[in-house]
Amino acid sequence: MESLINKYSTKMISAGLAPAGAPLIALLDADVEWNRHDTLQKTLEQVMAGLHINSLIFSELAEPYKTIIDYLAVSSAPTIFPEDSETRTFFHDFPVCPTFSALELISALKHRKNVIVPKAGIVALGSVSPLQAYVSFSSVCFSCFVKFFTDYLWARRTGRIDKKMEDAFLKVINLLEPPHSPPTLATGPFASRNDILSAISEAGRATVQSRLVDSFFGNISYLACDILYISQTASSLDELEGNIDAVPLDGSSSVGITASSEYSAHRQIVNNTSYRAILHGHPKFSVILSLDCKINDCKFRGSCHTSCPQKREVCGISIVPGEIGKGLSKTVPAAIAHDPSVIVYGHGVFTAGVTDFNEPLQRLAAIENACRAEYFRRAGISSARQWPL
Amino acid sequence: METKPDIYGWCGRILKIDLNDGSHHTEQIDNALYRKFIGGRGLAGYFLRPFITLPWNDNAMPLLLFTGPLVNTISPTSGRMTIMSRSPLTGAVGDCSVGGSLGTEIKKAGWDGIIITGKSDFLCGLEIINDEIKIVEAKQYTGWGTAATHQAINKKGATAVIGPAAENDVLFSSVIVDGHYAAGRGGIGLSFAIKNIKYLTVRGDKNTFIFDGPALKKSRADVMRLVSASPALMGEQGIARFGTGALYDLIDARTMMPTDNFRKSIFDRASKMNAFAYQQRYHPHNTGCRGCPVLCKKETAADLILPEFETMSHFSALIDNDNLEAVTEANRICNDLGMDTISAAATLACYAEISSLKITPEMLFSLLHDIGHIRGVGAELAEGSYRYALRRGRPETSMTVKKLELPGYDPRGAYGMALSYAVSTRGGCHLRAYPISHEILRKPVATDRFTFDGKARIIKTAEDLNAAVDSLTACKFLFFAASLEEYAQVFSAITGLQSSAEDLFRAGERIYYQEKLMNAANGFSQVDDDLPKRFFNDDSRKDDRIVLKAINRNDFYQARANYYRIRGLNEGGLPTKEKAAELGLLWKV
Ligand code: SF4
Ligand SMILES: [Zn+2]
Repeated sequence: MESLINKYSTKMISAGLAPAGAPLIALLDADVEWNRHDTLQKTLEQVMAGLHINSLIFSELAEPYKTIIDYLAVSSAPTIFPEDSETRTFFHDFPVCPTFSALELISALKHRKNVIVPKAGIVALGSVSPLQAYVSFSSVCFSCFVKFFTDYLWARRTGRIDKKMEDAFLKVINLLEPPHSPPTLATGPFASRNDILSAISEAGRATVQSRLVDSFFGNISYLACDILYISQTASSLDELEGNIDAVPLDGSSSVGITASSEYSAHRQIVNNTSYRAILHGHPKFSVILSLDCKINDCKFRGSCHTSCPQKREVCGISIVPGEIGKGLSKTVPAAIAHDPSVIVYGHGVFTAGVTDFNEPLQRLAAIENACRAEYFRRAGISSARQWPL
Repeated sequence: METKPDIYGWCGRILKIDLNDGSHHTEQIDNALYRKFIGGRGLAGYFLRPFITLPWNDNAMPLLLFTGPLVNTISPTSGRMTIMSRSPLTGAVGDCSVGGSLGTEIKKAGWDGIIITGKSDFLCGLEIINDEIKIVEAKQYTGWGTAATHQAINKKGATAVIGPAAENDVLFSSVIVDGHYAAGRGGIGLSFAIKNIKYLTVRGDKNTFIFDGPALKKSRADVMRLVSASPALMGEQGIARFGTGALYDLIDARTMMPTDNFRKSIFDRASKMNAFAYQQRYHPHNTGCRGCPVLCKKETAADLILPEFETMSHFSALIDNDNLEAVTEANRICNDLGMDTISAAATLACYAEISSLKITPEMLFSLLHDIGHIRGVGAELAEGSYRYALRRGRPETSMTVKKLELPGYDPRGAYGMALSYAVSTRGGCHLRAYPISHEILRKPVATDRFTFDGKARIIKTAEDLNAAVDSLTACKFLFFAASLEEYAQVFSAITGLQSSAEDLFRAGERIYYQEKLMNAANGFSQVDDDLPKRFFNDDSRKDDRIVLKAINRNDFYQARANYYRIRGLNEGGLPTKEKAAELGLLWKV
C-alpha cells in the first residue's frame, strides 16, 4: 500500500499537476496510511470517515493550473461545468467548496468524485484505488485548462473579456511550458510479440513524457498477423507493460472485453486501411480548438459532440463529432480512411502510421503545436511572445 | 386540474397474502421506512427479519417479492426485483435479484412488494391483476416443467413458476420468471413449493409517479453515456454482444477457471467452448430485462436461451465436458426442472470427484433428471454438494461457503473474490461484492488481484453498493460503467427525495448489516466466514507448473479481521449493538 501512495505522489509532481512536496495522499483499509504528515490530516480523516472511499488525494496545484482553477472557481462557482466531452462523461461537473471544512467537503463529495477549494487545491477520491483519485485530480486540471482557454477565445470573439479574465490569461500564458518535441521511437514493422509490446509501451511513454497528454488520457494499438495489440481500458499510457490485450481480429476470442473503450475505432481503422499503428491522445490545444466554432446560431449547439453536421477542420485536420465508444467508432475510422489524422470534437486526436509509432507520434505533436500556434493567432497574441517555436 | 400524488417513485403500499385462509390485505408503508430500506432487497429484508429464526419451511415464514422506486420508470435496468425468504439450502438470508418483467408488472399493479405467508391446501397459482388477487387451482400443472407451465399461463401477465425440482424438495431449486430469467440461488423455488405455489402471474396498468421528469431524463442520459463508453458492456467484445459469456475467455486467460471441481484452474479446451463458439453455433439474438439498454441474454431462433457465463463455465470446465451442445442442453434441463445451474453443476462435480467418474453428456442429462425427480443417487445430490459430501465422508470435496456452491471464479486467482465469497451474507456468491469488476475487468480501475492489501474495505464498500443497487433496483452489470453518483440523481428525480451517492451507500450499509443481524440470529459466525480448505492447502497446477498459488491462510485471516472492523462486527464476526444503533437498526425485533 505504501508503494502505491508514493507512486501517485511522484506522478503528480512529474506530470506538473502539483508542486514538489505538495501531494497529500491517504489510503484507507482498516487503518489509514498517509504519504506524509500534514496539519490537514485531521480534517481529511473526518472527510474519509464520512464517505465510502478507500483513497483520497489533496494537493495544492502547480502552475498554470493554480491560476486557471482559482480563476474559474470564482468566475464559475459554485460549479464548474467541463466543456470537453470525455470529462463531462465521467465527471459531469466539478463542485467548488468555499472553505476547507470537513462538513462542507463531505457535502460536496457525497455527490461528486472531487471538489475544488479555491486558493487551496483539489480533493479527489477513489473507491478502490488512489489511481482513481489521481485520474480525477488530473481530469480537473485538464478540463479546467481546456475550459479556461476556450472561454477566453469565446469571450474575445463576443467582446466579453473583463479585466480579471485578461489578467489571468496573460499570467497563464507566461507560465506555459514550451512545446516538447517527441523522441524518435523504435522502427518497424514489428513481428514478434515482444517487439510489439515494447514498441507500444515505448510510444505510450514517449507521448506522456513529451507532455502531449496526461498519462491516463489515450490509447494505442498495433496490428500484426491479424491480432490487434491494444492498450487496456483504464490503463496509463506511460505504464503499458502488462496492460496490453492481444485481440484476434476474427473475433474468435472475447479477451478484448478489457481492451480500450476505443477498440472498435482502432479495429475498423486497421481493417479498412493500410495503417497498422494507431495512437490516440488528448492534447490540450487540439481539443480547445475543436471546441472553437464560429457559427453562433447553430441549432446543434449543445449537442456538437454528437451531432455536428458541419465539415469542420483546424490546421488542415478534420474535426468530427462522436462520443466515447460507439459514437466515435462511427466517425473516426471514416475520417482516417482519407487522412491519417483526425480530431474528435472536444475530446482528442487520432493519428495513424503504416509501420511504427514514429509517424503517429510526430503527427500528434505537429497537430498540437500547430493548434497551439493557431490558438494564439486567434487570441491575437504573437507566438514569439510566448515561446520559442 | 391534476391532483398531486401522495408519493413519487414508490406505490406506498404492499400486498400481504395469507395462504392459510386465502385472505389478503393491503398495508400502507411509512415514508421513513422507504428512506431507510429503499425497496427491493432492503425492504424485503426488513419484513423478513422478525421471522428469520423460524425454520425455512415454517408456516409463518414469509416469501417476499419486492420491487424498488426505480422500477417501472425510464431508469436504465430498472426491470429487476428481489425474491427473498430464509434459504432452504443455506439457512441464511436467501435472496435473488431477478430480471424479466415481473418487477415492472408488480409495480404497475400498484404494489411495492408482495409478502406471502401460510400454506395453500392445494397446489395453487396466484394471479394478480392490479387490486384483484386470485388464488386458483394449479393441480393440472403438477410435475410440469417451467417452460410448459409458462406457456400455459403467460397470457395472464408476467410469470414466476417453479418446476418439478421444487415440487420434489430439491434444495437448490429455482424460480423461473417469464420463461427464462432464473431466481436461481439458495433454493428459493422450494420456498414457493412449501407454500404450495406453482406459479404467480402479475399484470398491472398503473403508472409510477415521477417527481421531476426533465431531471430524470438528464440523469438517465448521464448513465447512458457511461454505458455507451463501457467496453465491458457495449464494446465489440462486451456483454451486450456476447452476454455474460464474454467473460469466459478472460477468466480462462487469467487461469482462474474452476476446473475438475476446483482441483485445477485451467481448462485446456476452453477456446472451443467460449462465447464466440456459441455465437457460431446458434446465431442468437439479444433479449433481456425490461428497461435494459444492454440486453445480455442471448436467445436462439428456436426460443432457446443460451447459458450464462457461470453455467457455461461450470457445465464445461468444472465437470470436464467439452461438448458445447451438452452445456446448452444441461442449461435447458436445469431451467425446465427449476434448478440452480451453479449448484447443480457444482454438486455433480463433487459427485464426480468422490466417485472418480467422468461425466459424459448422456450421464449429465440423466443425472440432472435424477436430481430433479429425486431418483437414485439424484435423491442425495438434490441436497446440494455440502450435505452429499458430508454424508459420503468427504466434506473437503464440497466447494461451498455456507453450503452454497461457488460460482465460476477460482478465488486463488482473485483475492478480493476470495474474501467476498467468505463473508457474503448469502454464502458462496460472487454478486454481493462483485470484485471481478476491478480485479478482472479493470473497472472503475484495476486492482492487484493477488493481494489482500486494501481489499477488506473495497469488499465492504462494494457490498454496500450492491445492497443499494438491489434495493433501488438496478442491474449490477451497469455498475461496470455507472456509479451511485449517477443513480442518486436518478433516485432523487424519481422520488423527490434529495439524495447523494453517499446517502445510498449508507442505506446499503444498513441493508447489509440487517442481513448480518439475521444470519447471526441463526447462529452464523466467524467459522462460517471461511473458504473450502482446498484453496489454502493446494496450488492449482498445470502439469508441473503452478498456475495459481494456494492462498496464505494468515493473510486471509488478517483481511477478514480487517473486514470485521470496517463492517462494525466484533472479532468473532458478529454484529454489535452500537453499530446496529448507529445504522438505525433495532438490536432485537
Ligand atoms: S444487463 Fe442483463 S441482467 Fe442486467 S438488466 Fe440487462 S438484460 Fe437484465
Ligand atoms: Zn480519448
